[in-house]
Amino acid sequence: MTFSPELEARFAKLLESYPTGRQRSAVVPMLLYAQDEIGCVTQELVEEVAHRCGVTPLQVDEVIGYYSMLHRKPLGKYHVQVCTNIACQAVGAEELWDHACERLRLGNKEVSPDGLISLEEVECLGACSWAPAIQINYDFHHHVTPERFDRLMDALANGSYSKKAS
Amino acid sequence: MRYNEPSPLEQMIISYRFDLPNSTSIDTYLANDGYVAVKKALAMTPEAIIEELKVSSLRGRGGAGFPTGMKWSFVPRNTGKPTYVICNSDESEPGTCKDRLLMENDPHQLIEGMLIAGWTIKSNKGYIFIRGEYRYLIEIVDRAIAEAYERGYLGKNILGSGWDFDVYTHTGAGAYECGEESALLESLEGKRGIPRLKPPFPAVVGAFQSPTILNNCETYSAVPWIFRNGGAAYAALGTPKNGGTRLMCVSGHVNKPGVYELPMGFPLMRLINEICGGIRNGKKLKAVIPGGSSSPILKAEECDIPLDFDSLAKAKTMAGSGGLVVLDEDTDIVAVALRTIKFYAHESCGWCIPCREGTTWLKKILSRFHDGGGLQSDIDLIGELAGNMLGRTFCALGDAAAMPTAAFIAKFRGEFEAYLNKSRSTQSVPELAVV
Amino acid sequence: MADPVNFTIDGHQLQAAPGTLVINAAKQAGISIPSFCYYDNLSLQAACRMCLVEVEKTPKLQVACTLPVAEGMVIHTDTPQVHQARKSMVEFLLTNHPLDCPVCDKGGECELQDMAFRYGAGFSRFREAKIHVDEKQWSPIVFYDAPRCILCYRCVRICGEGLGVSALGIGNRGAAAEIVPNRGDHLECDECGLCIDICPVGALTSGTYRYKTRPWEMEHVGTICTHCSNGCKTTLGVRNGQIIRANNRDRSGVNGEFLCVKGRYAFDFYDHPDRLTAPLVRQGGELRPVSWAQALAVVAKRFSEIRAKNGKFGVIGSNHTTNEENYQLQKFARQVLRTSNIDHHRTGDVATLLDALNGRSNALASTADLFNINAALIIDADLAQEQPFLAFQLRANWRLRKGHVYAVTPGPVREDNYATTVRSDFGKEFDALESLRERLAAESELAILFGAAIRGEDVRRLVAFGDSLGIPVKYVALVDYSNSRGAADMGLLPDLLPGYRPVSEAGLGPGLDYDQILAAADLNALWVVGANPLSRQTLASGDAFVVVQELFLTETAQRADVVLPTFCAYEKNGTVTNVCGDVQKLNRGPKTMGPKPDLDIIALLAREMREDLGPVKVDHVFDEIRKSVHGYAVPLGIIETGGAVQAVPLNGHIQIQSRPELIRSAGNTLYTSGTLGRYSQMLNSVIEAPGALYHDPHKAPVVRKGSVQVETTEEYR
Repeated sequence: MTFSPELEARFAKLLESYPTGRQRSAVVPMLLYAQDEIGCVTQELVEEVAHRCGVTPLQVDEVIGYYSMLHRKPLGKYHVQVCTNIACQAVGAEELWDHACERLRLGNKEVSPDGLISLEEVECLGACSWAPAIQINYDFHHHVTPERFDRLMDALANGSYSKKAS
Repeated sequence: MRYNEPSPLEQMIISYRFDLPNSTSIDTYLANDGYVAVKKALAMTPEAIIEELKVSSLRGRGGAGFPTGMKWSFVPRNTGKPTYVICNSDESEPGTCKDRLLMENDPHQLIEGMLIAGWTIKSNKGYIFIRGEYRYLIEIVDRAIAEAYERGYLGKNILGSGWDFDVYTHTGAGAYECGEESALLESLEGKRGIPRLKPPFPAVVGAFQSPTILNNCETYSAVPWIFRNGGAAYAALGTPKNGGTRLMCVSGHVNKPGVYELPMGFPLMRLINEICGGIRNGKKLKAVIPGGSSSPILKAEECDIPLDFDSLAKAKTMAGSGGLVVLDEDTDIVAVALRTIKFYAHESCGWCIPCREGTTWLKKILSRFHDGGGLQSDIDLIGELAGNMLGRTFCALGDAAAMPTAAFIAKFRGEFEAYLNKSRSTQSVPELAVV
Repeated sequence: MADPVNFTIDGHQLQAAPGTLVINAAKQAGISIPSFCYYDNLSLQAACRMCLVEVEKTPKLQVACTLPVAEGMVIHTDTPQVHQARKSMVEFLLTNHPLDCPVCDKGGECELQDMAFRYGAGFSRFREAKIHVDEKQWSPIVFYDAPRCILCYRCVRICGEGLGVSALGIGNRGAAAEIVPNRGDHLECDECGLCIDICPVGALTSGTYRYKTRPWEMEHVGTICTHCSNGCKTTLGVRNGQIIRANNRDRSGVNGEFLCVKGRYAFDFYDHPDRLTAPLVRQGGELRPVSWAQALAVVAKRFSEIRAKNGKFGVIGSNHTTNEENYQLQKFARQVLRTSNIDHHRTGDVATLLDALNGRSNALASTADLFNINAALIIDADLAQEQPFLAFQLRANWRLRKGHVYAVTPGPVREDNYATTVRSDFGKEFDALESLRERLAAESELAILFGAAIRGEDVRRLVAFGDSLGIPVKYVALVDYSNSRGAADMGLLPDLLPGYRPVSEAGLGPGLDYDQILAAADLNALWVVGANPLSRQTLASGDAFVVVQELFLTETAQRADVVLPTFCAYEKNGTVTNVCGDVQKLNRGPKTMGPKPDLDIIALLAREMREDLGPVKVDHVFDEIRKSVHGYAVPLGIIETGGAVQAVPLNGHIQIQSRPELIRSAGNTLYTSGTLGRYSQMLNSVIEAPGALYHDPHKAPVVRKGSVQVETTEEYR
């Protein structure tokens, strides 16, 4: 399997960062970074990571099933993650979630037909004091009201979304 | 950056650089007491370092509040094996968002804390385990690490000491359980984040089967101040056996939610009223979850309490990770209980029976209950099932699920009963199977 | 030894070695502490939480399966709190577990059912929807039903730790956690079924057995596997005279819980549609079914005629028939046919080894020794493929006793994962041994297991090498089949009588060997008992009268003039001797109509020819063997009760004619078993069949062979 030069460089650095004979440590980071580049964890990726880290494909499979950020199916180009845990819940996250489902016409872990957006109800994102919070890919957005959510979704749809604006 | 206005009542000793321009750069750090502590520590023996930490009465900021000096003292030196320094930045406890700020605004402080830990046990490698959702922080911390290498604070022969130390970031990929220290180590080794059987504890058999210091991000971040100003000065900031300050993460129904650095033992009601501007919309306080979602809830009348490990333990709850969720009088406790148990059912690793099955069963009962299909007998059943989990699971996640659930029922039974009298849903209650 | 620790369990003052786990200390005192995940000799999990006990001065209940006893510890296993905890664990387990025991394949022998009966409640408080996941088939042998799985991880551990195959893992997490196979939707493994046998519930079931019967409808007959030479005990589940399954029900054999795919599933050849049920006699060029009386009369008549003319007989015996049958066969050949032309397919040079070891005692390793010895050396064998139980023993030794294992092999083997291995071409083994000399000599003792490539003079050279190490060395000459060793011990050799006595003692000279019999153009009669020489070689004598005793119409049987259908090992009583010399008893399981045991056929032929071969019944023949064959005076009580005793037929120098070229291993893998294997549908249905010897474990995804994985030592210890 071939990856972008940046990703290859990251992989090389990763494999060097663990003690000798402990390259298995790179399994989770490799999967996550590769997923970011190719969209999901494919069987080919499983074999590739297993090969590079000196483990069996089964050992990679076990890891994929365990971590909630690793996905076997492609996510949307923009993965919208709405936290509904207690701190966000206290300030309207459940209403925000319902709004998001309605606005995007998507359920939990569903992808829009055009592949642009996927939606997921997630656990605490670590933005409790600035709730309710969502993440679009890896960008945090704080104090998200339904109106702000709509503006963000509009931006995603019309291509004007730019990274980082919390 | 900060995401909320600081309060004048804060006592900033680990967050005071947050407001400096370019706070993440090594130049800013060096211009503001940076890497002074490590120079001092390099002149100290491990015993002296550990003693200083013991004097400081610094306790682990991850949740359990274990005395840090003692934890470092458990690490055997001279076993012939390499040793490791691991930072737990897998911040996932609902209500908690402090490690994020520490790494976002002052990564060098964390690196310096880890350096001192590394020197203490003559470790040559440290890893910062950052939850997968905090991807942008990996970039920030990696940049700081690169700067530290450039200036000779990391790498070979640090400050002419003849000692080498490397630090790396390592990303998680979505698993609350990896905040449990032994599960974190499994995850670091590329495996499922299943906690390990203890003993042996990580101090003795930790990362890569070797002796390991493993602390929370905030714990390491407090270490440089202690070595600049002395353990006694740090201890004096807090209450007995609860040294220093901590970042309190306040969320929920207050006017000014935010992360505030306060001395240990700061009164909870002052935090709510004087720092956070009281309950929003003029509502009354109903309850506070004082230390992340695993800590049993405090009713309003129990909230006249200092925020330190021992006082909260005495009140049969815990200071935990310092995440306080403040709930006003309109809060639906059943909904909070349901959301809490949903979280633990989602995050249970599934290793042991009582946690795997218990959290799932509780989630199902509370879902039905919340949807209007509750039964009087469910209330006792919920309490009983939580009791059947408590103290019987493989790791603390089972307790973390059972304790708050039991407290919701015990302290807000009336709210559960009131649910029974609400309009019944159309959902029928399934009959019990005859077996 | 450290001083024992004193402690109290349920009021009993007890002592145990330091480090003893409470669950085991209690067991020794006759106190049962329930558990699912704890399993002897596998890593500790503390996952099922069934074994919680009260320990005084400890506030929380403690897990007995991971808690070592300590001086002065006071433990209670029978308090209301403990009972309540157990009851609650069973309740938790049953929430998602289907409560359909009457139709579950495991019903009646399910540990969860037993636990619920003993510790559970008679009612359920769970009124929510259960999580349903469809059952999956992972191979022709292994089926997995996730909702029934209690996640005790026994299967994962026995596959990884026990076998070193690691074909099973854990997928998902939380309530969705389940066992997953190594190839996504299917398994590529040894197909041994250990995971199925070890499963306490009905989560893992076998394709051969599932939904065929209720366990209590079967009789359970412990007997010895008829495939390879390792002599594993297999328990046949027999209903209405038919084998329904084979497993390791009581774990009382030398093999403990071990059985390979052949021992568990390859019994099915016995009722293959091609099985011969009536004697056949060639009439008008074709084999036609006749009565036993007719067939025996034909054979007796022709044998008598040929004997009267001093004709040339050749007798080829079997590696599968019992010691009693082999003993009587050689007696028949020598007494009745008055020939020394008797041999069998030799798969290891046992005779030369015994000769090289003459005068020593304690120089042959038993299967138990392989677990207990401090070091072992494998030469020229793909042990996990060819001698699976011996491989299991060595791995267990390494894992549990920290024994050292060395291997000198021409290609990669599974033992590479934990052994010190040296690659060496056939014929270069002794160079490799020299490279290991220093390390071997530093061991306190050693067992050497060698394959067929070490034969003749090389065996003597090997023993000399062993002697030169200056440490006690025990040997195993690896052979292929269930009674290969017994065939040699019982004198199915042209120059040796039972017990390796010279043939001259019977007043005979050495006869023709295996190859010579087949090559003799003037051979008048060939009698083949349970062997298939014509599958690889040709019979030179075109007009020889050929009698074959067989289960199937093999290549050899097709050439026969008379075919006498016989019982297989599962259908008869008798004894067999495994590769290490352990003598064990076969017990008759199914009652098959038509064929007869070879022992009866030999006796009937003798009667037909008016000859007296002495004892006829199995027990009487065994009695004679015990009295007359050196080393076989084994205690009857142990053999009769299903135990194993090592027969050590060392009697000084053996007068053998070394014919190393006759030592030929059939090279069977885990999925082949000579001619017999062809008739096992299950063995041929697994995708791993026929397997490959000396395969490269690192090419697991490419080579169609069970994944062999590299795990670090510390993790599997």
